[in-house]
Amino acid sequence: MFLINCPFCGEREQSEFKAGGEAHIVRPKQPTELSDDQWAEYLFMRKNIKGIQFERWNHIHGCRKWFNMVRDTSNDEIKAVYKMGEKPPVK
Amino acid sequence: MTKNLRVKSSKLVDETYRISFKFNGTTYYGFKGDTLASALLANNIHLVGRSFKYHRPRGIMTAGSEEPNAIVQLHNGTSRTEPNVRATEIEIYEGLVATSQNCWPSVKFDIGGINNFLSPLLPAGFYYKTFMWPASFWEKYEYFIRKSAGLGKSPDVPDPDIYEHKYIHCDVLVIGAGISGLIAAKTAAKSGFKTLLVEEKSYLGGSTIYQDSEFFKINNQNSASWLEKEINEVKKIENLEIKTRTSVAAFHGYNFLLARENLTDHLPLEQRENKTRQRLLKIRAKKVITATGSIERPLIFDNNDRPGILLSSAIKKYADLFGVACGEKNILFTNNDSVYETAISLIQKGIKVQAIIDNREEIDSKLIKETEKNNIKIYKGYTIVDTFGYKRINSVSIMKLSKDGQKVIGSKENISCDSLGISGGWTPAVHLFTQSGGKLKFRDDDQVFIPNTYPSNQISIGSCNGDFTLDEILINTPKLLKEFLNIKKTEYENIEIYSAFNKSKRNIWLLPSNKIVGKTKSFVDFQNDATAKDIKLALREGFRSIEHVKRYTTTGMGTDQGKLGNMHALGIISETASSKMGELGTTTFRPPYTPLTFGTIVGRNVGKYFDIIRKTPIHEWHVENKAEFENVGQWKRAWYYPQNGENMHEAVQRESKAARDSAGILDASTLGKIDIQGTDASEFLNRVYTNAWSKLEIGKCRYGLMLNEDGMVYDDGVTTRLDENHYIMTTTTGGAATVLGKLEDYLQTEWPELDVYLTSVTDHYATISVCGPNSKKIIQKVIPEIDLSDKDFPHMSFKNSKIGKVKCRVMRISFTGEQSYEINIQANYAKSVWENCMEAGKEFNITPYGTETMHLLRAEKGFIIAGQDTDATMTPIDLQMDWIVSKKKFDFIGKRSLYRSDTIREDRKQLVGLITDNPEEILEEGAQIVADMNKKPIEMLGHVTSSYFSPNLKKSIALGVVKGGKNMMGQKLIIPMEKKQINVTVTDPVFLDKENKRLNA
Ligand SMILES: [Zn+2]
Repeated sequence: MFLINCPFCGEREQSEFKAGGEAHIVRPKQPTELSDDQWAEYLFMRKNIKGIQFERWNHIHGCRKWFNMVRDTSNDEIKAVYKMGEKPPVK
Repeated sequence: MTKNLRVKSSKLVDETYRISFKFNGTTYYGFKGDTLASALLANNIHLVGRSFKYHRPRGIMTAGSEEPNAIVQLHNGTSRTEPNVRATEIEIYEGLVATSQNCWPSVKFDIGGINNFLSPLLPAGFYYKTFMWPASFWEKYEYFIRKSAGLGKSPDVPDPDIYEHKYIHCDVLVIGAGISGLIAAKTAAKSGFKTLLVEEKSYLGGSTIYQDSEFFKINNQNSASWLEKEINEVKKIENLEIKTRTSVAAFHGYNFLLARENLTDHLPLEQRENKTRQRLLKIRAKKVITATGSIERPLIFDNNDRPGILLSSAIKKYADLFGVACGEKNILFTNNDSVYETAISLIQKGIKVQAIIDNREEIDSKLIKETEKNNIKIYKGYTIVDTFGYKRINSVSIMKLSKDGQKVIGSKENISCDSLGISGGWTPAVHLFTQSGGKLKFRDDDQVFIPNTYPSNQISIGSCNGDFTLDEILINTPKLLKEFLNIKKTEYENIEIYSAFNKSKRNIWLLPSNKIVGKTKSFVDFQNDATAKDIKLALREGFRSIEHVKRYTTTGMGTDQGKLGNMHALGIISETASSKMGELGTTTFRPPYTPLTFGTIVGRNVGKYFDIIRKTPIHEWHVENKAEFENVGQWKRAWYYPQNGENMHEAVQRESKAARDSAGILDASTLGKIDIQGTDASEFLNRVYTNAWSKLEIGKCRYGLMLNEDGMVYDDGVTTRLDENHYIMTTTTGGAATVLGKLEDYLQTEWPELDVYLTSVTDHYATISVCGPNSKKIIQKVIPEIDLSDKDFPHMSFKNSKIGKVKCRVMRISFTGEQSYEINIQANYAKSVWENCMEAGKEFNITPYGTETMHLLRAEKGFIIAGQDTDATMTPIDLQMDWIVSKKKFDFIGKRSLYRSDTIREDRKQLVGLITDNPEEILEEGAQIVADMNKKPIEMLGHVTSSYFSPNLKKSIALGVVKGGKNMMGQKLIIPMEKKQINVTVTDPVFLDKENKRLNA
């Protein structure tokens, strides 16, 4: 079970958090302009990487803030956490 | 039969404290400190169970948690019964009752034993091969399998014991209190770390605590005496907590561990009342030191599973620790020096060692020399090729090994015995390390896997790290600790060590025999009856991955997870497939290390504490008025209010009729309520609902549908504009939390520029809904100051008002199709307002109704329930609710998905009404809908989602989803049931008052 460093609250147990899938997928500004394929790309296609993955997490039983996490899925090492709208601090 | 095999006062048992216990119906005696296994062995009982597949007689094999065979049921038939308890772990107490498992009718005469003779018919994968075909025979197979096999019986009455969970945070957790664990705990604690030391056994010191001979010395004292003094010191250290009888079950990431602390399992039953039985410790440690020791390996040869065959270390432990001889004529069989330690212990206690068979040729070993002094015959370079004795071993055949160890040569010799101790060397107990994500490396010298890379702040020390001998432990452990704890010095720098152990080993995974492999029963997994032959067969049949071989042969799949034989399975695979051990990989060990009781896992979360129960502020009134309740999520909702012995159907028919004929009252407090404020609140609602919100006037209400981005209906409810920048949104009862979460998600991540604030107020306001033709009169009596005229207060509008001095919000909205008012009031006033309504409504026969009537009334109007009439595949168009989807809005959540090629298909499942030909016939919700019963396979067109008998329409009505249903109005369809077919006609989903006259009446 992870210890997650919420950017707003500090280190907390994983049981206080909810995972929210891949990060940095921006909702298209003009969905009506998109073809079915382009919309499907946004809607359905998600990466499932062995290695460095960018993820959304929500401190649902805490401050309820959403934030981003960089996690190595091969060993569950959390490389970084950062606020929404910020650039990932690691590549 | 019963003999006393107690030899001498021992380290652990108290011979002044006699305990009686029952095993398979007979009373025996043991002493305080005995395990069930040691007490049985003292009574000369080896046969304790039958094996899983062949039902071969099996005896106690080990003296620890790795035991595969001696698994018993405690207190069968009582509330405290527990299956799969290892006799080697349970400490005896007065009144203990244990019975063998996996034998029927008895351990001595067992019907399943016939499998042993049928074994050529039960090869590897026999479950897959035999019982798969024909599928229709499975019921017959299952009966016999369940009757004659299986491990133990689960209790059928509630567990009377108390269990609990506890969080522990510490700087350093040390797992295992053997010599290296003790050194680590002492060093860590004395260096200022808050330390927790856990040990699965009842005593500290591991195997060194009974390593009491002149061949193993520390600072010129026997290692056992030296360690005893250490233990006395360790117990006095202040910031060191020690927990015995505590077994770590799981080692998760980020140094989070689960351990089971056994508090009362060793006490007589009458002393357990009102005490916590077991505690699940949830440990978060900054640093973890794993010192879990090692497990002795068996040797793999023909018939290596008879009762009386034990690990050599177990024989030593029973003699040293419990003062019990496992036999009177012992043979020891080895490929390394370990059995000589056992031999010396036995000799010291006057227990006869008949012979020692050693795979190795000439070895220069002090231990061997000492053994030879006692005139014990040692067969060097020999192996056992067979054993004899059905319920107890009585002799072995031995033969000389060829130089390369691949075959046996010369002639067979028989030696009689009543006990055989085997040692194939040692396997580091790396289970917890690998659970934590640690990676192993293979050490060729002695053929062991040892820790290589650590995923978290942890180390392994002692024999679980491959340091097996006293000198290795005492030299390497302090070095590792200094680095790990970042300290300069330990107390163990200039220590003098003497160890007579010679580390040479002749490792042969599968010992050769004079028979071909196919004719032998050389067990690799004792609990699951997997043999070397099975593994070879799996390889011949093309299996290569260790994980596949494991599942096909069931090796390592038992409750012991193959702690003894997994290495041999790997060894045999690598030899047969000519691959390298290190490259094969290992099987994965999964939590728990040893089985946990369900009681420990659930802790105090049982009975009424199993889940949170949410009650409305009016709940007590419903209870007093005999409501039946329904669970909606965590909420208890009044379901119906039976009167004068009514059943549910009768009560619901009465309630539904009263609500339409005069007045009904519903507690709608469970609906989710979200307070929305901010200058962009209207724009926000525009984006989350399918319809337009900007033009909604203050004081008006609007129904909205919320979609997922994929266009599927997600939730619905009425939202009211309280002020220019202030709305109150209602959600479904079940959707309240997830809707709030979803809205917060969009606000924080997609539209952070919007000025909107969301607050859940579900618990703060109670909602009382009064409906029916007389509702207006009732509300007027309850709130005299309010103007309820249709002109001033039409349908879908809202007013602030007061009841006495208490502010309330009144909405004229309807989920029943009747004229209807909802009073929202601060929760603590809700019950009295409800009672006011009841009083005011008395003259109109106001009738409280529950969720069932609510569902019926809305179904008459064709109103959907999100989650009942919809699943995650229904768009608003599928629901025939095109009217609520704005064509003008530029965007809203899910809009683009409404014209994907898939969502615009005409033959999607669409919501329709269904009327049965026979108006009395009520359809079953969930029933399938078809058109043509003759064309095979029959095409399923959809299913019934809601179905009721309508007392107001005096006929059966139903909603359902049907492929292309929109274009099937008037068409006949069939609902096939088990014994009949029901004919229905497709209709519009609105059955009553299509013109909405009642709403505005
Ligand atoms: Zn937080």
